This record gives sequence, C-alpha cells and structure tokens, in this order.
Amino acid sequence: MTPADPIIQVRNLTCAFGENVIVDSISFEVNRGEVFVILGGSGSGKSTILKHMIGLYTPRTGEILFEGEDLVLSQGDARRAIMRRFGVMYQSGALFGSMSLLENVRLPLEEFTDLPIEAMNLISLMKLDLVGLREFARHLPAEISGGMQKRAAIARSLALDPSIVFLDEPSAGLDPITSAEIDELILDLARNLGLTFVVVTHELPSIYSIADRVIMLDKRTKGIVATGTPDSLKDSEDEWVRNFFRRTSNSISE
Amino acid sequence: MKPSNRTVEYSIDRAGDSLQLAFEGSLDVQTAPKIWEELVTKIEESDSQKVVVEAKGISYCDGTGIGLLLQLQRMQVCRNADFEIKNLSDRFSSLLERYNPEDFADCDKIDASTSCLPEQVGRGAHHILGELKTMIAFLGELAVGLFKVALHPGKLRWRDAFLYAEKAGVDAIPIITLISFLIGLIMAFQSVVPMKQFGAEIFVADLVALSVVKELGPLMTAIILAGRSGSAFAAEIGTMKVNEEVNALTTFGIDPVHFLVLPRVIATACVTPLLAVLANFCGLLGGATVATGLNIPLVVYVQRTFNILQVDDLMGGLVKAFVFGALIAAIGCLRGIQTEKGATAVGDSTTKSVVAGILAIIIADGIFSVMYYNLGI
Repeated sequence: MTPADPIIQVRNLTCAFGENVIVDSISFEVNRGEVFVILGGSGSGKSTILKHMIGLYTPRTGEILFEGEDLVLSQGDARRAIMRRFGVMYQSGALFGSMSLLENVRLPLEEFTDLPIEAMNLISLMKLDLVGLREFARHLPAEISGGMQKRAAIARSLALDPSIVFLDEPSAGLDPITSAEIDELILDLARNLGLTFVVVTHELPSIYSIADRVIMLDKRTKGIVATGTPDSLKDSEDEWVRNFFRRTSNSISE
Repeated sequence: MKPSNRTVEYSIDRAGDSLQLAFEGSLDVQTAPKIWEELVTKIEESDSQKVVVEAKGISYCDGTGIGLLLQLQRMQVCRNADFEIKNLSDRFSSLLERYNPEDFADCDKIDASTSCLPEQVGRGAHHILGELKTMIAFLGELAVGLFKVALHPGKLRWRDAFLYAEKAGVDAIPIITLISFLIGLIMAFQSVVPMKQFGAEIFVADLVALSVVKELGPLMTAIILAGRSGSAFAAEIGTMKVNEEVNALTTFGIDPVHFLVLPRVIATACVTPLLAVLANFCGLLGGATVATGLNIPLVVYVQRTFNILQVDDLMGGLVKAFVFGALIAAIGCLRGIQTEKGATAVGDSTTKSVVAGILAIIIADGIFSVMYYNLGI
C-alpha cells in the first residue's frame, strides 16, 4: 500500500436535501487497500456521504472519482461498470425477504458471471462461511436474528469480490465477540486481498482495531473536523474530537 | 491493475498417476468463471489419484479464485484422491485454509425441494386448519371487543374511527359515484334493446331500480371497499406487524384488537350503508339518463321507480351493506395481524384480504338472498 495511490477521491462534495445542507464542500481521499472510517455524531451526515459515494444520491456540487473516473458525471453502462466494482452493506441489512440467504448471496453472481450453478452455490456458501452463517444458507432472512441478517448482508456485499466495500454500521447491534470477528474479517480481506473498505461506524473498539485512517464529521461546521489515524485523533487540538475519543476509550479500558 | 486487464491461463501435465496443474496470471472474479467449467470437467475426466496445483504463477487470487481451488480440492476429497497446492502465496493460502472442503459437500443439491405430494397435502391441510382456528379465535376476540365497546363506548378511540370513516367513506365517494352511475347506465342500455322488441322499454325503470337497490348497489360498494380499504387495512397492520409495532402495543398491555381492529371495523361498517345509498342513487340516475335518451319522459321513469320500490327493498340492501362493510374490515385486519415477517408477507396479506373479502361478501350475499326470500322481502 502506498499512500499516494488514491482509489476514491472526493472533491468539494456538498450534500443537501432541498434547503437542508448536510455537509458543505468536503474533500478527502481513500487509498487503495486501506480501511477508511467515517465517524461523527448522530445526524452529522455519515450515511448520507456514503449514499452519495455509492451513487444513490446526486450531490449538489462536487466530484466523486473512482480510480480517476467520475461517478457523478458517468451514465449508463460506464456508471454501472463503476458501481459493479464496489460492494455495499446497508445499515438495515436490506436482504431480499423472499429469498434464502444462499439465494441472496448468489443473486449478483447469477446476474454478472457465467459460473455453473454448482460453482455459484459453492462461492455463496464460502461467503456465508466467512461470516459464520453456512449452516443457515437455506433460511429466509425473516427466520434469523438481526445480527445474523447484518452478517449475511456483509456476505452478500462480498459476493462479487469487489475491490471496494462500503459498510454502513457493520457492527451496530452485534455482540462484542461477533463484532470482533467481523473486524478480523475486514482486516484479513484488506491485508491479504488488498480490498479497500469504507466503513461508517461509531464503535470505538472497532475503529481502534481496524481503521487505517479516520475522518470525523461535525454537525456544527457541516464539514470534516479532523483527519488522521485513531491514535492521532486522540490527541487532536479540537476539544470535541479529543473528548469523543478519550471519554469512550477511558470507559473501555476500565 | 484494472479489472479488464486481468487474464489467467492454465496448463495440465500428466506425470504417472498424478496430474500437474499450473496457473499463470490473476485468478479472480473476472477470469475464474471463464475457465471454471472447462477445468472442472477436465479434472473430472482425468480421474487421477493425485492432483498437484502449481500456484507460483498466481499473481492475485480473490474469493472466486479461492472458490475454484476449493472446488478442485473438494472433487478430489469426494473420490478419496489426493490434492496438493504448491507455492501458493501466504496471503492467499490463509484464505483457503479457512474452509474445510467437507463442509461444502451438499452445494450441488442445495436448491432441491424435497417435499412429496402427500407431504404437501398434509402441510396444506394443517395450514388451512390453523387458519380456521385463528379465524374463529379472531371472531371471538372481535365479538368480545364489540361487547366491551357497547358497555363502555367512551373507551373506543373515536378519533381514529372517524379518521378511518373518512378514508374508507368520504375518499371513496368519487369512485363509487362513477362506477354505480356507469353500472346503472350500462344495465339500462343493455336491457332496453331486447325489451323494445316487445314494446316493454318502460319496464327498464323496474329492472334498474330493483337490481340496483336490492343487489348491485350494496354489492358493488362492498367490492370497491374490499379493493380500496380492506387491502389498505391489511397492508397497514401487516407493516406494523413486520416493524414490531403490534408487539409494542401488546407489551404496553394494549389489546391490538381493541386499538387497531375495532375502530376500523366500526368505521367501515357504518360508512358502507351510506356509500350504498349513494351508489343506489347514482345507479338509478344512470338508468334515468338512458331512459330520457330514449324518449321516455323523466317523470314517467321516476314514477315507475317509486311504484316498484318498497322501503323493505332499500332497508334490506342497507342491512346487507352494513354486514359487508364489517366483513371487509374484519378480514382486512385479520390478514394484517396474521402477517408474518418480510416484505413479501405484506404483499401476501394484502392479496389474501381482497380475495377472502370478496369471497366472504358473495357468500354472505347468497345467505341474505335465501333469508330475504323466506322473510318475503
């Protein structure tokens, strides 16, 4: 991993709904192979930025470049080609309720590869195995717990082995052990396969264990208040950032 | 490297009993599917006792590539043959080692549904019995709820009831006006042609009046309500059930039947007769429009209508409408409460509410016909 190898570049991004500006002209870069965490209080626009980055919303102004190609301006097949490069896990899981977990994971493979069905089943089962759900492959999403749905959604986001994975609150609602396993999986995939992760989360233990770099959003300024490694943010000049990291990290060490 | 630039090639060499398989390039989601089927068939046909994969040439290997290696390993394990991977980079082998090939033995037949006909019949019968049971239980709860409301009318959420009365009643006025007017018009028009051959076109007034007021007015109103409001109740309560809002009510100690079902049932049952009156009027108006178009004076038409219609006919129709309204709302709510989990479940409940609602209306209408005949109405 070289620091000068940005895979995603966000320039002067302004996200707004009508009159309501959520973030105002922010810029940042995500490097290839790093785990990049977007952090901030509730309502600071973390998920909104993520949804702009994956092309669900159109920004008011600004550019979002994937390996130099602009997602905002691209259209049709070019846009779909960019979007196929990333996997997304939504906050609620967003599994298809009428399909079993296996079919959920298999769907992107069916749509975008020519693999024989047996191979698709094998790969889907492998993805489910990564998140510890192989035994539940035949279950419907409604038949498993919320945490399991979340893990199945991670498996689905990895189905096509994307080079970039967006995770919206992957560990919220999971027990600490499962959440640590998910963290380990993220690190494993990032270190060994060079996948890039963009993660929205508030879970500090998880940030300390996985994050290469963090950007912190502030609702008051509608911008980025701090950027850096988790350890450097602990000693940030901004009092709010310092408190955010220290207070919670103290309570963890206790 | 951009995904489009990646390629993989493989070569197979036979050395005695063992098979040497060498890869060169990037084994990933772009490249692996292209060689998957061919390679698997070749290995299968060779039937060797040992397969050795030379992985030195693999520059990159993602989950799909690991899947291909695992598939080869699995095939060898299945027929008790040996498998070995040489020189696979540590960063990829750690991913392969996560998996045990024996865990994936059944992925060929994972989709096969195994239930046979007797089993399906049994399950179906069990399901129908279960539904019948919940329906009877629901009817009981509804009766108890209505009894309680009769004793303490202040306890009902009347504000909700008025809101549903507005949604199911007032908002349905335009569509009911239009449909009943057209039904009256079409019926008159279709019957006037054959009747004219006998010089009996004046009796169109009798025909339209009797069939609209006794039968079609209440029936059409009820069918429209089943499509508009019964389905809406099922979807609304079904979504609440999926979002655990119904559970939240129960844990507050609030009876879902009292809170959700009674206001809807009472409101719908009360507005349906009113809508039926409107439907009757519009149907007659439709008939009159055709009659005046065919040079039957309006006065004559109205007079014939009043001559043939009895108060009993009107009241009989309205009583039917009241019962239909209650049935539609109750079935819609029942289907909503029976909703299981997930988006499809809400769709299923909505469909069932309309189908069951219309079925119930027609059955009830049959019963009413026999009853009225015996009562001489």
